Amino acid sequence: MRPVSSWGRLSAEPHQVTELSDIATLANELSGRGPAIPLGMGRSYGDACLNPGGVLLSTARLDRFHSFDPENGRLVCEAGVQLRDIQRFLVPRGWGLPVIPGTQIVSVGGAIANDVHGKNHHRVGSFGHHLRTLTLVRTDGQVVDCSPGVRSDLFAATVGGIGLTGLIATAELQLQRVAGPWLDTEIFAYRSLDEFLTLADDSESLWEHTVSWLDCTAGSRPRGIFLRANPAVDQSGKPPLPRRLSVPVTPPLSLFNRLTLPVFNSVYYQLNSHRRRARRRAFDTFLFPLDDIQDWNRLYGPSGFFQYQLVVPRDAGPAALHDILDIIARSGQGSFLAVMKTFGDRVSAGLLSFPTPGITLALDFPNRGPRTERLFVELDAVVRNTGGRLYLAKDARMPRELFEAGYPRAPELAKFRDPGMSSGMSRRLMGQ
Amino acid sequence: MDQKKRIVVIGATSAIAEHCCRLWVQCGPVELILVARNVELAGRIAADLRARADQAEISVETLDFLSAPAIAAAVARWTAQGPVDMALIAHGVLSPQQPCQDDIEQARYSIEVNGVSPVLFAEAFAGAMSRVGRGTIGMIGSVAGDRGRRANYVYGASKALMDRYAQGLQHRFAGSGVKIVLIKPGPTDTPMTAQYKARGRRLASVESVAQGTVDALERGTPVAYLPRKWRLIMFVVRALPDFVFNRLNI
Ligand SMILES: Cc1cc2nc3c(=O)[nH]c(=O)nc-3n(C[C@H](O)[C@H](O)[C@H](O)COP(=O)(O)OP(=O)(O)OC[C@H]3O[C@@H](n4cnc5c(N)ncnc54)[C@H](O)[C@@H]3O)c2cc1C
Ligand SMILES: NC(=O)c1ccc[n+]([C@@H]2O[C@H](COP(=O)([O-])OP(=O)(O)OC[C@H]3O[C@@H](n4cnc5c(N)ncnc54)[C@H](OP(=O)(O)O)[C@@H]3O)[C@@H](O)[C@H]2O)c1
Repeated sequence: MRPVSSWGRLSAEPHQVTELSDIATLANELSGRGPAIPLGMGRSYGDACLNPGGVLLSTARLDRFHSFDPENGRLVCEAGVQLRDIQRFLVPRGWGLPVIPGTQIVSVGGAIANDVHGKNHHRVGSFGHHLRTLTLVRTDGQVVDCSPGVRSDLFAATVGGIGLTGLIATAELQLQRVAGPWLDTEIFAYRSLDEFLTLADDSESLWEHTVSWLDCTAGSRPRGIFLRANPAVDQSGKPPLPRRLSVPVTPPLSLFNRLTLPVFNSVYYQLNSHRRRARRRAFDTFLFPLDDIQDWNRLYGPSGFFQYQLVVPRDAGPAALHDILDIIARSGQGSFLAVMKTFGDRVSAGLLSFPTPGITLALDFPNRGPRTERLFVELDAVVRNTGGRLYLAKDARMPRELFEAGYPRAPELAKFRDPGMSSGMSRRLMGQ
Repeated sequence: MDQKKRIVVIGATSAIAEHCCRLWVQCGPVELILVARNVELAGRIAADLRARADQAEISVETLDFLSAPAIAAAVARWTAQGPVDMALIAHGVLSPQQPCQDDIEQARYSIEVNGVSPVLFAEAFAGAMSRVGRGTIGMIGSVAGDRGRRANYVYGASKALMDRYAQGLQHRFAGSGVKIVLIKPGPTDTPMTAQYKARGRRLASVESVAQGTVDALERGTPVAYLPRKWRLIMFVVRALPDFVFNRLNI
């Protein structure tokens, strides 16, 4: 047994961690254990990848490529392969992943099991839309293949299925052609939600990546920075190696607090709103700015932090977001990294996939115990009343009834579950 | 067109060696000869490397790692096909100490796998490389070879054998084009240390140790501690007088 935390560092309960290492003997290794849950890179913020007191099936060493077809861009690989590894090897050969979340340090298995989205969701949908087949190993030793065409119901349960249908052993991914490592980017400051929505609507048809950062300490008159990017016309030159920083120790207090947040947010806003509007930037530094700062999650101090990511339907969006920003401003608990984006209309592939058409907002809050929970209860009410939902990859605390309201298809998962798989999250939200 | 670099990897199923191979195929066209006792696993590693880089030429070979004639014949074969630019000798087994004390047959096995076998491989490559006047031999030793400890002195002594041996080779090839590199990793996150990890011990990442290994081989660094802090730590450990050291529970 050893203590394991997920990305939010909210708990460090003992787990029995089994390092899976051999794809050939997986069926044996999985059978006859107590309730277990797969663990990828542990980049989920809450308890989707935790199983306090129980078994974690770590896939970090299941990290081999099986085959790559350079004509059609199809990669078969093990579930523990990191997205960063795929990019490193295949971008120089003209292929890349269509969907990458805000960090590349996630596993293929984790990307599937949370059906992750990137800044290009409006163009390409989410991770599950680019899967050709999956091989699942169940805890009774069965090995099952599924795909959008074969056992499509099991496939839909597994994409976004937070590990509950069995261990994804391998996957075949459809990559997309990439021109090179450079993006042409543009940056704009906005001073209201309407301005944000106009920018988003205007950008979606012509720009591949769109995202925005919002200063939520400014209350209901929000200001922010809108970014958009396309593959660069000029792909010449090698991008500079990123400067790697790391946070070597956990400060005794969260560095993001009531006093510092308005300052950080203001500085960030001022710096960016005066930046040159258009410039060429390396793909990595534009899309994954935090990946160069190792262990940045320690900055929130020993009690950890929550990420609260919601999506609300487009019609209800602006009003709901105003309410949310008001509640946050009143609570005095700001968020430094508030990220806002519009999702496209493509129907997600999984029963529990998070993306639905609308506006998504992700907020980070240092854990201040009951005060933070009181804030969440108020935010939950807005999400529920507008027909929105919270993202399971980020969640550590939503009440079961909010889950059931937000994910009406959840009951369909039951018949595909692997009875040997159970997580902190599944017990909290589904009772087992 | 310039020649592909030819690299022979002994103990190619070792996690450290596998990650070195990933770095090599990423850097440019190479020919890798993967030598392992588990051919099936080595075959999967070869498939992985081919999928990562289409310019890599990869083959898998096996032999008895403890047989001097088999080693001599195999190295003669590989070097006859053309000069070998690099040989990385990576195999090893972290034999638990107690069984080595209870059964000296276990101790013999540990010393042969960790000490004798790597030296025989290195000696065979040294002969071939001295004839062409160039090449690099990398051997993976361990910080455990720097001072004997009750917790693992049979393993440690085998690694220490490698130390003196590499020193001798470096003397022999001083001023020539043949480079001898001794890698000394500290505890690293690989299948070898799974039981330490389960107990919550902090380990260096295998990626960083592999990167350090590849860099040291490229530069011909005589002795590379990885991560580098181990040079200082082991300097202190070696310098401790016996009357202090023998009371420590390390
Ligand atoms: C800085 C940062 C930015 C992020 N940005 C985004 C973003 O933009 N968009 C987005 O969608 N997400 C984002 N995320 C969340 C992250 O992409 C997801 O949490 C992702 O699932 C993490 O992958 P992982 O390998 O760490 O999986 P883990 O967190 O270890 O596990 C996630 C889930 O997958 C399951 N799982 C893992 N491997 C397997 C397997 N082999 N078989 C079956 N189930 C498995 C686990 O049981 C768990 O339920 C971000 C996270 C961070 C830290
Ligand atoms: N990990 C550490 O903390 C650490 C620290 C210091 C030094 N080292 C050294 O680093 C080297 C690489 O180890 P690793 O960490 O990468 O461990 P690993 O993944 O366990 O690799 C060990 C390798 O040695 C091979 N091997 C063991 N016994 C053999 C035998 N009798 N005949 C042939 N091959 C044999 C294994 O082959 P199979 O696949 O067939 O078993 C495997 O390829 C070793 O020399 C080790 O002593 C490791």
